Amino acid sequence: MPPVTMAAALNEALRYCMRNDPHVIVLGEDVGKLGGVFRITDKLQEEFGENRVLDTPLAESGIVGSAIGMAMYGLRPVCEMQFDGFTYPGFEQLVSHLAKYGFRSRGRMRLPIVVRIPYGGGIGAVEHHSESLEAYFTHTAGLKVVTPSTPSDAFSLLVRSIEDPDPVIFLEPKRRYWIREDVDLKPNGLPIGKAAIRSEGTDVTLITYGPSVRTCQEAVEEAAADGVSIELIDLRTLIPLDLDTIMASVKKTGRAVVVHEAQVTGGFGGEIAARIMEDDFLSLQAPVIRVGGFDIPYPPAKLEDVHLPDLDRVLDAVDKVLNY
Amino acid sequence: MEGRRGVVDPSSVPTDTIQLLTSDGTLVPDAEFEADLKKDDLLEIYRYMVLARRADLEGTNLQRQGELGVYTPLIGQEAAQVGTGYALDEGDWIFPSYRELALAMMRRIDPVDVMHLFRGTWHGGMWDPKEHRFAMYSVPIATQALHAAGFAIASKLDGAKTVALGCFGDGATSEGDFHEAMNFAGVWQAPVVFLCQNNQYAISLPLSKQTAAPTIAIKAIGYGFPGVRVDGNDVLACYAVAKEAVRRAREGKGPTLIEAVTFRIGPHSTADDPTRYRTEEELNRWQALDPIVRFTKYLELEGIITDEFKETVDAEAKELATHIRAEIVGAGPRPAHELFEFVYSEPSDILRREEWLLYEELAGREDGES
Repeated sequence: MPPVTMAAALNEALRYCMRNDPHVIVLGEDVGKLGGVFRITDKLQEEFGENRVLDTPLAESGIVGSAIGMAMYGLRPVCEMQFDGFTYPGFEQLVSHLAKYGFRSRGRMRLPIVVRIPYGGGIGAVEHHSESLEAYFTHTAGLKVVTPSTPSDAFSLLVRSIEDPDPVIFLEPKRRYWIREDVDLKPNGLPIGKAAIRSEGTDVTLITYGPSVRTCQEAVEEAAADGVSIELIDLRTLIPLDLDTIMASVKKTGRAVVVHEAQVTGGFGGEIAARIMEDDFLSLQAPVIRVGGFDIPYPPAKLEDVHLPDLDRVLDAVDKVLNY
Repeated sequence: MEGRRGVVDPSSVPTDTIQLLTSDGTLVPDAEFEADLKKDDLLEIYRYMVLARRADLEGTNLQRQGELGVYTPLIGQEAAQVGTGYALDEGDWIFPSYRELALAMMRRIDPVDVMHLFRGTWHGGMWDPKEHRFAMYSVPIATQALHAAGFAIASKLDGAKTVALGCFGDGATSEGDFHEAMNFAGVWQAPVVFLCQNNQYAISLPLSKQTAAPTIAIKAIGYGFPGVRVDGNDVLACYAVAKEAVRRAREGKGPTLIEAVTFRIGPHSTADDPTRYRTEEELNRWQALDPIVRFTKYLELEGIITDEFKETVDAEAKELATHIRAEIVGAGPRPAHELFEFVYSEPSDILRREEWLLYEELAGREDGES
């Protein structure tokens, strides 16, 4: 099996879906000839033509809003937002229409649209290029929110998202675009809404997703060297949330730490902590701790290392719940 | 700056308004636009206008009696909607804002299904958008223009001839989505007709404070397609102009922006008080231009309409009002489980739990009452 990057896996997922279903189209800024600024749509226009890979004007509300009209016509549009921080002009269409149309039409008009968004920091980018915006979408009923952390999951989950009858916000951890995995890219039956246990353990449950999975994997290894057994859960899908996997693990370990890049206040980690507490308070040996970015605007590149949750911050939290 | 070589300025663009019927109902043929309608069509247009006005009046009445939470009257805009709608084929799609009752009725949507939105029975409306080729009502301003553009782009990519009609008001032209919709439609030369019902006020804001452009129609040229300004209270002119715009769209010649100059005789919504921002004189001036009165005069002058036909339509309108009233007054809420049913194709585990919590809550209330 050849090593595949996440970027290549996503590209292959788009190609796979476009070959299988003539209704699948791709639209966004620079997605055609250029293949997208991260090359996720590389060579798709060459294969499928300008009628299925649409270079749009520079307008995010236009991309999402016109995709809604296209879906109403019967297409399955996959939109690309060029960067996380440029998603905001599309917010009204995302929140007021994309998320609500199925509900408003009493299920008669589902919008099978995927909005792909490269998100998160760690690549030394200028401002507006490193945002963790997942909580805006997890807080918006009607959207599914998916965020893979490995090339094989990226492939399978993007295929699933495109096939899904509901709108999916597909968050791609951009600093993991180039991680490699030896894998044959083919649909593996992985559904949306199923978390992965990346590492089994007995002492602490570490819950994370997207870009932070790799950091947490390092934490698992470091802790193991100190004799601490961490169970690592990669959520893969934030909405719908796989609470069963989380709770089964927490029942076993009695301790949980949630990790994400997004600022802690109002972040999705708070949701997970609250769910754990509400569901099974008595199984907890310690409070659930949230590890995330600070409550600051995403910092300049030279300071992002101090902002992003790193190995030490994760391990400190693990120590804290162990020694509570 | 103005008048210099290489300079475009607002004074250099035409601001004519296409009109076929004068205010007293006299037909004044236009060299460019023609309403090629047979007697049956003319009578059908009359019928739609009268029925829409009656249904609309019932909406206002029902709100005044507390049966609707709010209502957005269309009175005064019947010609703009019916004239334009009559130019469409059955298979074309309409993307309404929240004041398109006449267009909805032309798509055989029961006005009751529109009133239910205002009663708070369900958001968006109760109709099936695919069956009627009429999208859900859109409340956020100008957003639906992008849906029309996207639909039309898809139609073009598909090699189809289906046309999209995107409806919005004068206030919408200030929104970013208006610009993005026009621009997307222009770039793809998509088969879309944008109908701007310029009814002079966006709630309280007059057009003069909405835009400094001499007309709304001229905005189209910035997007690479024609705009046309039409007397929105002249149903024949509205039809003639829309017919041409739809023909262009179907022939692959791209979008058209129609500015139908009209007036919102009623308030923005029943929660609004127009006496705070517009004068009695202005209202009187526009009431004298009533589109139904004008069209009726024309039909009478031409000997097209009979008293018998008018009575038949009046009777149908009365029956329609009775039907609306009977369906809306005292109508109960939808079953609460629907709140969970339609959010996703399949409710998530968390939604199912919440639904269960609600059942327990409701059961508890019943126990408490008994």
